[in-house]
Amino acid sequence: MTTRTTFLSALPTPKRLGYSFNLTGRIGLAVILFWAFIAIFGPLLAPYPAGEIVDWDYFGPMSDKFWLGTDYLGRDILSRILMGTRYTVGISLAAVFISVAGGVILGMIAAVTGGWFDMVLSRLLDAFNGIPSLLFGLVTVAAVGSSIPVLVLTLAAIYLPGAYRFARALSVNVNTMDFITVARARGETTVYLIVREIFPNILGPVLADLGVRFVFIVLVLSGLSFLGLGVQPPNADWGALVRENIEGLSFGAPAVVFPSIAIATLTISVNLFIDNLPTKIRDRSE
Amino acid sequence: MRHKHKPWFLVSQRLGIAFLTLIIVSFAVFFATELLPGDVAEVLLGQAATPEAVAALRESMGLDTPALGRFIGWLLGLAQGDLGTSYVNNMTVAELISGRLSNSLKLAGIVTLVSVPIALTLGIGAAMWQGSLFDRGISILTISVISVPEFMVATLSVLIFAVWLGWLPALSFGADTSSFLEMLRAYAMPVITLSFVVSAQMIRMTRAAVIETINTPYVEMALLKGALRSRMVISHALPNALGPIANAVALSLSYLVGGVIIVETIFNYPGVAKLMVDAVATRDLPLIQSCAMIFCVSYLSLITLADMIAILSNPRLR
Repeated sequence: MTTRTTFLSALPTPKRLGYSFNLTGRIGLAVILFWAFIAIFGPLLAPYPAGEIVDWDYFGPMSDKFWLGTDYLGRDILSRILMGTRYTVGISLAAVFISVAGGVILGMIAAVTGGWFDMVLSRLLDAFNGIPSLLFGLVTVAAVGSSIPVLVLTLAAIYLPGAYRFARALSVNVNTMDFITVARARGETTVYLIVREIFPNILGPVLADLGVRFVFIVLVLSGLSFLGLGVQPPNADWGALVRENIEGLSFGAPAVVFPSIAIATLTISVNLFIDNLPTKIRDRSE
Repeated sequence: MRHKHKPWFLVSQRLGIAFLTLIIVSFAVFFATELLPGDVAEVLLGQAATPEAVAALRESMGLDTPALGRFIGWLLGLAQGDLGTSYVNNMTVAELISGRLSNSLKLAGIVTLVSVPIALTLGIGAAMWQGSLFDRGISILTISVISVPEFMVATLSVLIFAVWLGWLPALSFGADTSSFLEMLRAYAMPVITLSFVVSAQMIRMTRAAVIETINTPYVEMALLKGALRSRMVISHALPNALGPIANAVALSLSYLVGGVIIVETIFNYPGVAKLMVDAVATRDLPLIQSCAMIFCVSYLSLITLADMIAILSNPRLR
């Protein structure tokens, strides 16, 4: 019996390794997984085709036939939200991966090489931080026209300087550690230092940063779509759904309320999840 | 090396960076709008775009000179207050913007007056009773406001104040601002929305700044000497947190720049942001460029101001 309990208590469960989540974090994770599932399978679950006018009434109320009501043309809101999930989640995910990957790679190179490369890059990217994000998006999208690749690249460009700054600060700290000095003394290349020594040691905080930036990107994307510069009709992401149905706001139509709720649940749950990440992932120095 | 850490040196360095940023930003704004697909002259002439007419218009607009030359000319014009002429209705951009700018500044001013006292009170209160029900309520509320887009805060306030309570008009900005009550009703919704957006940031940062000073040894000393908790915060922690709080206020007000774009659009408020969004629709380059520069300059001034306050108020740098 005693051997059994000692054996069990020695098992490396997530809790003992310091990787378990508290309740708030788990709720956040559950909502995130829910939206990820909808983004993949949403269109299969939609009760009606997203672009089809199915109700002769517009701004219809919630009913058995149309669970979340109908929009300004009489299209089913539930189906349109399910379709919009792909655009909102997909574009934001693509943008956040590009911006964080770019920022982290540049940040690590700058931290390891230092010198003029570091200085010029840091100054230049700091300058880009001086442009308000929504305005940057507004001007670029206005200039080159809105399409999904343009949106992804613009959003990625807006948040790359921040990701760079964050990754560089982390890498500079790691760069002063003894094992880096040892690796340098062994004569390892810069690429080896970056890939094998620095990257594994900044991965946790970088993942947390990825989540924070994902929320920012969802917000700016929704803002652009709300201004009519994001995803173009007949397609619509959640922000565009709010824009389309804004006329219904003055009488509280479900068509404008539910897309807003969709955005809020996603962004709030990502924030809650990130805030409640185990300390071991968030900050390895503690 | 010692002089490098003198605050005035750091401040002037910060100003230098801000100036450099401004140059890069204006470069980016100018060339981003230059990327517009299609020739401006062709777009303007529409059906009448014969090659001769296009060439003549291009020459009269100065579009046949190289882009870099036009950029420098534009920059010099800006520096002297000459914003150029609108492509769409031949009015000078300065004329178009001036009235709108004062409207936007009025809105921003009222929001600042409303949100700063409220946010500071709530932020300091939350720090004073850290961990209490009040603190947790404030924290949930501010996280929610920060996590959602600005237009959603606007939608929610319309739902609450106009649809459910019926106190205020919904989405139209009343042109009638003759009587005080009418003006109050017209401004209420945009001001409420923007105040929420700006205050949420300010409350969080103020709370963090005060808590940081509460955790210092000298405040703990005051507590050990038997000072009341409220006295400890107000007379020991607060004076030392003033710098970080001022920094937080300036930084939060920079959120006005993004918020105002959404709020002016949603409430049809006749400000610079609405003018710019409309200019994007008509592809009026000089107007877009000037509005974008106005926003960048205000944003940059606020974040530079925040940084300078942070440097000057840090006694370790003196």
